Amino acid sequence: MKYLVTLIVGVLVGASLFLAGLYYNPFVAQVSVSPIAVTDARVMDLTFSAVPGDGLLYTNDGESTVQPFPERVGELWEASVVNSDVWVTQLQNSRGIPVGIGIKFSTRSEETELIRGKALTNSIWHVYLPGRGTILIDQTENYWSYLRDVVIPARWSSGDNWRGTYNRITTAGPGSLGTGRLTGGNGQFADLTGESVESLNARAYSVQSGPVSMTGNLTMALPVQAASQ
Amino acid sequence: MIGLFKTLLFGIFLGVIGAGALVYFTPAVDLHRERSLIDVQSNGGNLEVYRINLPRDRLLVGLSGSVGSIPAGLDWPGEELLGDMQAELFKVRNRNNAVIGVASRLASSTEETGPFIEWALHFPARGTIYAHMELSPSVDGYRDGKLRSGTRDFQELTGTVREQFIAGDDGDEESQGSIELHATLVAPLGDIE
Repeated sequence: MKYLVTLIVGVLVGASLFLAGLYYNPFVAQVSVSPIAVTDARVMDLTFSAVPGDGLLYTNDGESTVQPFPERVGELWEASVVNSDVWVTQLQNSRGIPVGIGIKFSTRSEETELIRGKALTNSIWHVYLPGRGTILIDQTENYWSYLRDVVIPARWSSGDNWRGTYNRITTAGPGSLGTGRLTGGNGQFADLTGESVESLNARAYSVQSGPVSMTGNLTMALPVQAASQ
Repeated sequence: MIGLFKTLLFGIFLGVIGAGALVYFTPAVDLHRERSLIDVQSNGGNLEVYRINLPRDRLLVGLSGSVGSIPAGLDWPGEELLGDMQAELFKVRNRNNAVIGVASRLASSTEETGPFIEWALHFPARGTIYAHMELSPSVDGYRDGKLRSGTRDFQELTGTVREQFIAGDDGDEESQGSIELHATLVAPLGDIE
């Protein structure tokens, strides 16, 4: 009997050690400096509040931490879309002036591998900037560092919340340098392609309601003629 | 005592390997897939029909200055920012009426860089189709468009998208009709051996 108990204790200790190794794995750090910080292309920055309640509309399966908004929006409960979120928000320029809207579709990726520090999401931004045109951004995002540094500490906290400073690039592909793929739609962006990077800056998170203070940033590298028009 | 210690070490080893195997082999995300309903076209390409039932598949209608915005409580920006741009969000179904994705449709007739109508169709397990539509519908009531770009399964494809509003009900008293999107997509030719 004592051997069985010892074996069970050993298995639990082993599993805990593995999970601790997974959580504190120093080899899966995410970058906080944009891979398009140095580029010949003209860079355009758009910022947005990443708190769903600050947006125009947010919906998901209706059973996640972050609740759909406004109250009567349809929920994505069907099997094919249950792992997806849709979010509509105003986009601002770097001075905080509204310059357009963005619609973001996000779906948890089957390529997620927690053992390698990959909590992946496939996301699409459909952006309209009045007076400039439309853009589609395709990106794979990695939320592992966000889970590790913000969400899990909030759950461990006795107050069920987290406060601090978190600033990371979430975009991890599909570009070889970890950039998203930008396709120009109409207007000044018609027929253009470029790269983009999304980052998150979080200051507060609540287990009950999700992000409390968080801003996002979309940095887009466009051919010079498009960005300067 | 040594026997107990060896058992503990073996247990720890088993725990590490077991937890590792569990995390490695258990898929963290397993997306649901509906069976593909594709017609092969005689001149090349595949035709897929997507359907949006109105009003039940409509998630958002955002139009500045309109009292008919959906959903109730939507605080849509004013005309000074977005002009007459109308944004719509829908759930998208296949021909069997099963939801397979979500879509956004943006349209503006007074945008200063040129009027536009475009769709972004997002299928979680497959990828996204980004299509530009012609501004004027045909005399037969449909609107043609071109695939501007695609992601994942649609990345290498070219083709067309046809949008058509179909009046009539589908047995639902509240039905206002449906939007059908016919996507004819062609894969690039491979290397000739």
